[in-house]
Amino acid sequence: MTARDQILADIRAGLGRAGSAKPAPLEAPLLRTPQKDRNLYVQLFVQNLEKLSGKVFVVPSPDQVVPILADLVRGKQAVASNAPFLRTCGIGGFEQVRSDLTDREALREGCAKADVGVTCVDYALAETGSFVMLSSPDEARLISLLPPVHVAVIPRSRILANLDELFATLPKPAEQTSAMALITGPSRTADIEQILIRGVHGPGEVVAIVVENC
Amino acid sequence: MAAIPESQIKQTLGDSRLQLAIYSSTQRLMDHRAAAVAPERLPEYQDLRTRANALKRHTIENLDYYLEQFESNVVAHGGKVVYCRTGDEVADFVLGLAKERAARLIVKSKSMTTEEIHLNERLERHQLEAVETDLGEYILQLAHQRPYHIVAPALHMTRYDVADVFTENLGIAKEVVPENQTKIARATLREKFLQAHIGITGANFLVADSGAIVFVENEGNARLSHSAPKIHIAIAGIEKLIPRAQDLAVFLNLLARSATGQALSVYTSFVSGTRRAGEIDGPDEFYVVLLDNGRTKLLRDPEKRQSLYCIRCGACLNHCPVYRKIGGHNYPWVYSGPIGAIITPQFHGVAENGWLPFASSLCGACAEVCPVKIEIPRVLLKLRSEVTEARRAQGTGGWERLGFRAWAWLMTHPGAYLLFASLGSKFAGLMPKIGPLGKWASQREVPRLAPKSFHTLWEERKRR
Repeated sequence: MTARDQILADIRAGLGRAGSAKPAPLEAPLLRTPQKDRNLYVQLFVQNLEKLSGKVFVVPSPDQVVPILADLVRGKQAVASNAPFLRTCGIGGFEQVRSDLTDREALREGCAKADVGVTCVDYALAETGSFVMLSSPDEARLISLLPPVHVAVIPRSRILANLDELFATLPKPAEQTSAMALITGPSRTADIEQILIRGVHGPGEVVAIVVENC
Repeated sequence: MAAIPESQIKQTLGDSRLQLAIYSSTQRLMDHRAAAVAPERLPEYQDLRTRANALKRHTIENLDYYLEQFESNVVAHGGKVVYCRTGDEVADFVLGLAKERAARLIVKSKSMTTEEIHLNERLERHQLEAVETDLGEYILQLAHQRPYHIVAPALHMTRYDVADVFTENLGIAKEVVPENQTKIARATLREKFLQAHIGITGANFLVADSGAIVFVENEGNARLSHSAPKIHIAIAGIEKLIPRAQDLAVFLNLLARSATGQALSVYTSFVSGTRRAGEIDGPDEFYVVLLDNGRTKLLRDPEKRQSLYCIRCGACLNHCPVYRKIGGHNYPWVYSGPIGAIITPQFHGVAENGWLPFASSLCGACAEVCPVKIEIPRVLLKLRSEVTEARRAQGTGGWERLGFRAWAWLMTHPGAYLLFASLGSKFAGLMPKIGPLGKWASQREVPRLAPKSFHTLWEERKRR
């Protein structure tokens, strides 16, 4: 008997269940409906990310992103994702920021050396100050992970109330992506004497640039 | 599994630095949890617990069905599922794969399931380097210790202990500032991440309708273990299943709040299969190892099978008056605290760890804070009766049975009881504190019997 068959047989024997038995239907998922005014989401998001010591800029339009980014990457090296919205913001013509990386090795090397990684979130969660990143040809995983600073650009329309609204919007994330990451503040640890230290493996600094009108 | 000598427990109780470390850490975790689930912050908290319990019950009662559903969805996304009955089978699989792919270096993120099967030791015996990357686990691996707490593995160590461990193992000058210690670990482990062929993670949840695994963490090492190497192996117990991705709204709202008081952990990763067409990074190979290692045994008892609902938040440890005194290393297995007390005897036999279900005051704090509502005290009582039965079958425990039989006789014979009580009030103080009474009295003040019993007072009052 294979390990698989043995384990399944042991489960059925333990539960006293027949192999083909279908479970009783489940209750509909419990998703808390967001009741807050959508106009408050930006403010709520800013508050919650700042509580986690994230830095947040709110700008009126996409063309305001590059000046802020210029300040953040001055004298540093940055890697940006291939997100179309970043191109809309005009990140392509920016010398210190490497983008259009499509080769795995080049991306790894770029991210390992870079001081700053720039991404565009797929969603953000107001109640927890979280970024939601879906891995895709536009968004590689390592850009928000290897560099010590992560700058996320957030079109305002992508801010959802909370986790529950995210799962209402994306009932099956696996249909869209091989990896969805929720990032809630800077990387942290409290493993030594429960002292909070940021930036242990992931970025120790997290910056959000929210674009109001887009 | 070696029995814990009493002297070791006494040593913990007498170590004031360690006592303070356990007390303050667990207190902080309790305070953070209490604030995070307070009605003004999370009014739906009790509904979420009820729902989490119902979902876990449903999944465990139909475990074979959801495992098969999970498996076919993993395969649909380009991954493979490997069923393993034992730790040996897990090690054989990892070793075989490493050999085939000529992999030497494995980065590992914190996983209680791999601690349970001593995976690192097994791999090291075959010249494979498996590096723990969670900061606490990394320190413990260097120090050759096992986790002290499910969530805070190095809770018992000070920065000075860490400095010694780093100096000894990394050949660096003594560094006692935690910020700098963290930087040293980051730099050392960053190299490992970039060189490793295989990343091993655990999984907090296995999502049946998606063929996805979910892991939560604060440091980023699990995300790196998944993202940087070309092969990702996730190792999880079969009980980690949940039916639907949407059920994560329930479980994720409870897990981090119960563990550390965070609304969400810093990183929540929902991973399904290998990297897809056009994706620049992510694993080329994706395996989910589903481990039994005794779990199917726990299904046989309809009442005790709820022990498998556990999502490993560690809240029961923090709130347990026993854990808070004896700490994590005085439990015989890697799972400590109340959850360890109920699952260890079920995995390894009630006879071997008979003392565990009794190491509890049955105060119920564990059940009150459990996010999936496991009735831990109820399971403890059931286990106590099983231990007693097992002792009878072994022909031991005779004196205890005799004692209780005598007590029962006394309680059903009022004349004898009154005589005994009046003798007791006069002579109880002279009883030598040895044997079981001595043990009981070693940590407590023995209460004095009142000079006049309630019976006597009642009679006197009637006469008045």
